[in-house]
Amino acid sequence: MAVFRFKTPVSEEDVRKLKIGDIIYVTGTLVTARDEAHKRALEYYEKGEKLPIDFEGVALYHCGPIIKKINDEWITVAAGPTTSTRMELFEAEFIEKFKVRIIIGKGGMGKKTAEACKKYGAVYCAFTGGAAVLAAEAIKKVKSVEWLDLGMPEALWVFEVENFGPLTVAIDTYGNNLYHEVMSKVEANKKEIYERLGLKKEE
Amino acid sequence: MNLVQKIEDTTVNLLRLAVTRLPRDVKDALKAAYERETDQTAKTQLKAILDNITLAEKTERPMCQDTGVIIFYVKICDKFEEISGLSEILKTATVRATREIPLRPNAVHPITQKNSGDNTGRYIPYINWEIIQGNFLEITVFPKGGGSENMSRLGMLKPGEGVEGMKKFVIDTVVQAGGQPCPPIILGVGIGGGADIAMKLAKKALLRPITQRHPDPEIAKIEEELLEAINETGIGPMGLGGKTTSLGVNIEYAHRHPASYPVGVVVQCWAARKATARIYPDGTVEYLTHEVGEK
Repeated sequence: MAVFRFKTPVSEEDVRKLKIGDIIYVTGTLVTARDEAHKRALEYYEKGEKLPIDFEGVALYHCGPIIKKINDEWITVAAGPTTSTRMELFEAEFIEKFKVRIIIGKGGMGKKTAEACKKYGAVYCAFTGGAAVLAAEAIKKVKSVEWLDLGMPEALWVFEVENFGPLTVAIDTYGNNLYHEVMSKVEANKKEIYERLGLKKEE
Repeated sequence: MNLVQKIEDTTVNLLRLAVTRLPRDVKDALKAAYERETDQTAKTQLKAILDNITLAEKTERPMCQDTGVIIFYVKICDKFEEISGLSEILKTATVRATREIPLRPNAVHPITQKNSGDNTGRYIPYINWEIIQGNFLEITVFPKGGGSENMSRLGMLKPGEGVEGMKKFVIDTVVQAGGQPCPPIILGVGIGGGADIAMKLAKKALLRPITQRHPDPEIAKIEEELLEAINETGIGPMGLGGKTTSLGVNIEYAHRHPASYPVGVVVQCWAARKATARIYPDGTVEYLTHEVGEK
């Protein structure tokens, strides 16, 4: 397990150094995107329309933050990660089309995303679920917001962050998926637990 | 002294306390888990949770951006007179807390998908009423996060499967949930009654501190046994592996129909938010879950 500190834009070469279990901290530009923003970005691409943000090399964050406007300035109140599996529908294509290098969320992602990470050079990192204030503290400034018509949680929030983390690399560019590794161990442990408690095994 | 205003203010304060400060039992359990873990990934997750809790307390900000659906447990005493309009008072307090703290608006119409914007709507905030003897009003706020709630399950087991089937159902629920409910989790388990009663008891079980075992030694033993088993799964904090998958298992039960064996499991994330206060007719407020004076 190694600790890395990255500044955006992050290159493909940078992320190809990482292995599952490594810890990273990101400084630079972080953009939030949930289901709706992923969907719209890919629709824009289809139609050949220009996106309001260049995603290449930035960190993409699965997050629907609480933001307050005080005297014309956006203040981040809480910004923890949301469940990433919902974005599995879009993420592989998103990585391919927009060359995003670091994806941050919680709960893990599936096979399609892992394959895209390997092929195009990206990593998926876990940020501690619910650690909303820790995240907000690392957000130094709201640089801009796009697609606010999607609502506060679904909009693209462009944050300037400093040492955003700790982020645990959970999918690397070698096809490894930390969540899948843990869950296969869990399945094996479950059998032992059943035996110890004298429970019937699954038919 | 305006007692209605006192109840409203206390409720707003309870919501603020709940979302910004964890009760001591949960905080202590998280600290102990951090000490116990040897896995670096697990330690990193627990450290982030502990740092987040400290920051939330210091900055008086919600510890998680999902401030939940607002649920109240209210105990009304036969000798406490100010009870008319109490549900309106709790609703007003919820709207105020949503604006003042702020809380994330989490009440969505299930057909039109419209978010009410202030955490109120049909049956929401949800209020559980109980009438007891005494001369006070006891209000517990219980903001429940959605990610962990989604992993909750009801099993209508065959009575022949019995206690064994119940244990298996609880363990399988946890394994199926994996890292999704933001472990370390706390489990509320409700056994018996009926479908609705088992789920209600499961959620109510979460009101008991995790340091306190069920008064029935048989049940207490099962709570301990299940906790140990769940922590042996290796799911770990956030599902990234480790020894700490759960901080506590609380069971409640009701007698069951001879033909039914309902088991409700309510999954609670590490952000196990709740706060309770008693309000007396003279306006005195006593906080039961948090060490605070009045604000």
